[in-house]
Amino acid sequence: MGPVPTDIKKSAPPAPRSTGPTAGALLLESARRNMRQYGMLIALGLIVVLFQIWTDGVLLKPNNVTNLVLQNSYILVLAIGMMIVIIAGHIDLSVGSLAAFVSAACAVMMVEHKVPWVLALVIGLVIGAVAGAWQGFWIAYVGIPSFIVTLAGMLIFRGATQIMLGSRSLGPFPEGFQKISTGYLPSVGPNTNYHNLTVLMGLVLIAVVVVQELRSRRREQEYELDVLPKGIFITKLVAMIAAVLAFTMTLASYRGVPVVLLILAALLIGLGFVMRNAIVGRHVYALGGNQAAAKLSGVKDKRVTFLVFVNMGVLAALAGIVFAARLNAGTPNAGVNFELEAIAASFIGGASMSGGVGTVFGAIIGGLVLGVLNNGMSLVGIGTDYQQVIKGLVLLAAVGFDVYNKRKVGS
Amino acid sequence: MTGAPVLEMRSIVKTFPGVKALSDVTLTVAAGEVHAICGENGAGKSTLMKVLSGVHPHGSYDGEIRFQGEGCSFKDIRASEARGIVIIHQELALVPYLSIAENIFLGNEHAARGIISWNETLKHASRLLKRVGLKEHPQTRVADIGVGKQQLVEIAKALSKKVKLLILDEPTAALNDEDSAQLLRLILELKEQGITSIIISHKLNEISAVADSVTVLRDGRTIETLDVRSEETTEDRIISSMVGRDLDHRFPDRTPYDGTADTHPALEVRDWTVHHPIDQQRKVVDNVSVHVRRGEIVGIAGLMGAGRTELAMSVFGRSYGRNISGTVFKDGKQIRTKTVPEAVGHGIAYVTEDRKQYGLNLIDTISRNITLSALPKVTKRGVVDEHEETRVAESFRKTMNIKTPTVFEQVGRLSGGNQQKVVLSKWIFAGPDVLILDEPTRGIDVGAKYEIYTVIDQLAAEGKAVVFISSELPELLGMCDRIYTMAAGRLTGEISRAEATQEVLMRHMTMDKR
Repeated sequence: MGPVPTDIKKSAPPAPRSTGPTAGALLLESARRNMRQYGMLIALGLIVVLFQIWTDGVLLKPNNVTNLVLQNSYILVLAIGMMIVIIAGHIDLSVGSLAAFVSAACAVMMVEHKVPWVLALVIGLVIGAVAGAWQGFWIAYVGIPSFIVTLAGMLIFRGATQIMLGSRSLGPFPEGFQKISTGYLPSVGPNTNYHNLTVLMGLVLIAVVVVQELRSRRREQEYELDVLPKGIFITKLVAMIAAVLAFTMTLASYRGVPVVLLILAALLIGLGFVMRNAIVGRHVYALGGNQAAAKLSGVKDKRVTFLVFVNMGVLAALAGIVFAARLNAGTPNAGVNFELEAIAASFIGGASMSGGVGTVFGAIIGGLVLGVLNNGMSLVGIGTDYQQVIKGLVLLAAVGFDVYNKRKVGS
Repeated sequence: MTGAPVLEMRSIVKTFPGVKALSDVTLTVAAGEVHAICGENGAGKSTLMKVLSGVHPHGSYDGEIRFQGEGCSFKDIRASEARGIVIIHQELALVPYLSIAENIFLGNEHAARGIISWNETLKHASRLLKRVGLKEHPQTRVADIGVGKQQLVEIAKALSKKVKLLILDEPTAALNDEDSAQLLRLILELKEQGITSIIISHKLNEISAVADSVTVLRDGRTIETLDVRSEETTEDRIISSMVGRDLDHRFPDRTPYDGTADTHPALEVRDWTVHHPIDQQRKVVDNVSVHVRRGEIVGIAGLMGAGRTELAMSVFGRSYGRNISGTVFKDGKQIRTKTVPEAVGHGIAYVTEDRKQYGLNLIDTISRNITLSALPKVTKRGVVDEHEETRVAESFRKTMNIKTPTVFEQVGRLSGGNQQKVVLSKWIFAGPDVLILDEPTRGIDVGAKYEIYTVIDQLAAEGKAVVFISSELPELLGMCDRIYTMAAGRLTGEISRAEATQEVLMRHMTMDKR
């Protein structure tokens, strides 16, 4: 155990004490608490800068940024669900196979049975929920380790996909379905060289962010909590606005906001909120952090675990649908190794093998680190063989750095 | 009877960060005798044996150990075993899925150039099993035999190491009568074969049955060594030696509970029986009935293995045990407490004795730990209000005097006393009518203890019913209105504040009603 900071008072200078800790202390404190996340955010920034230079500016060209979002969307969807599973102290190896199974089922429905695409989409998501419930049942209520249950699921869903499709690729899909992955928000209004709706959304987003931050700051002051000093707060706000603005203008100067980005944003905000501010989210953290203590505190451990896997099932189905829409076909080998990418993204983004730690936002960061690496390395012509080696090393380094850091803090 | 000393431990001092576990212990064991060590929980018995066997290596303690006339400086268990000192811990160190024979020779295999000779192994194992009187095939898996037989396997393992001094740490704590008797017989047989034994036990009837002499430890010191065979060494004599300490803790003044006029107890448990979760034949709580009224602090005293925690946890949402029977009443009405949410819903809170394992999410913040069991209280329309949560945590930080820079600190970084305050805060925030506190002051310093006593007092004054489980008798005497004693799963006494003294309690706690 580190030096327990109980003797702070003793070492404080006799000078008139301010009402709260200093700004520097506050910043350090919040940095220490969010080490992994800030670390990864900085790492992501460095990787972006590196490839931006290496590719002579191609990386951040509007069409490539859009492409990056589209390429990684399904992994990001999976990573969000996987992060929650890992926070709960479990793992899910079946998501790649399940995604393939759902995409195949949608393909069969739409191509062979002419089911309307909206209906196929809904049925696809329901299949995902049922598959998640199936696995959640064995894990939560029967008590089989998730590694085993989902390893079985990986084989079962892959096999079922191949039984359904044989060696065929089924396509093409109705245009509406394709739009899930390849569509953009419609162009409206006068020609401004930018995508108007996107700019508008960006401005709304900025307004929401500013209002939220201000409200939260005011409430913290009402509750007499320590807040960041005004200067630093404004700097933080400006940085956030700049980031949002840069991103929206980049998208707006190409074809606007892709539909799939809206889906991702909804998941990030929705599930991020649930994990942070809903009771069930808190219970997930408590279960992963100390299952015995959570149970003795009245957390319905089985139900929460079950729900986590149902959620993962739905997200895996969604990832499968997005992937199929992008490919415009259902194929028997869709989604191979997706589970590994999603797990890697979660760990790079701050999850811990023993559970209880991590955020949905972290999963996105982790997914983007991998995505930018993929994209950047492809742009500069590094082969997929070397890409895998490098991604492996990045995963090892990210978690290694975290383990080292924790040991230093905790010793 | 008293031969030359085979073991001498002189002025042993062992400190852990913040605690002096042994402050001056001297132990002399004669060759060929069975020497008992007894003392309250936390008196330093197990620590002393760990020093002797090299678990705490030479250099991590002060003092001198001489075995068979030679000085000892063991750096680990292997070193002490090489000299013939073997310790058998309370938690058996057997690998459940290996066979008896494999376990006996684990780390000490009959092998030639790394290849195990199974014939040799089985032959020797059979011979050793015969010596300890175990009629199992040596290839039986350890998981398939009962705890009593496993204990015998441990002894066979010790014999295989050519043991000269056998240390048994509460060997019968987990055994039934029959197995206990067999084990004690075996200890006497080994004595005939010239093996010296040290047996840690708090069952006084056992001590008088097998031991030649007994050394009493208290608060990390040797109090005295008595000759068990002498007329003067009665059980009462040993008891007064175990507890004969001044009340060196201070307690807040409190007006004793007098409201016997209450119609119904806040919580009443009737005919409660709980079986061990694995060894389902064994009753860990046997037909116990207890009650507590509003405003009353009721203590439960008992030594290790008496069934106090098991009683509390089984009542609280059946969090422990199998085949639980009995009824629970709240304010006179029978209630169901089959799950933790049900128990919490009926206004019952259980503050666990093991805060790290069962009480806290150490990697989460203070504020989130405090609200965990009553999140709906800080939730509006399904949304946890983090500002409100912080405010709640801040108010507990002030009233409970939790020493931390912010309530966003990880609980794992706090000291034991402050962690305990967080656990208490959590359950006070849940707003229960009945609080079951299991060893609420274990492992924390005197100052923090006083603060926790004050909180407990306040809770009772507010009309909450408090059940106070503790191994520290002065604490129970200082705090409780009424004290139940338990031994081996049974209720052995109900003692009023007026009658209660350490001697009376200890007599009931060491009573074996079987």
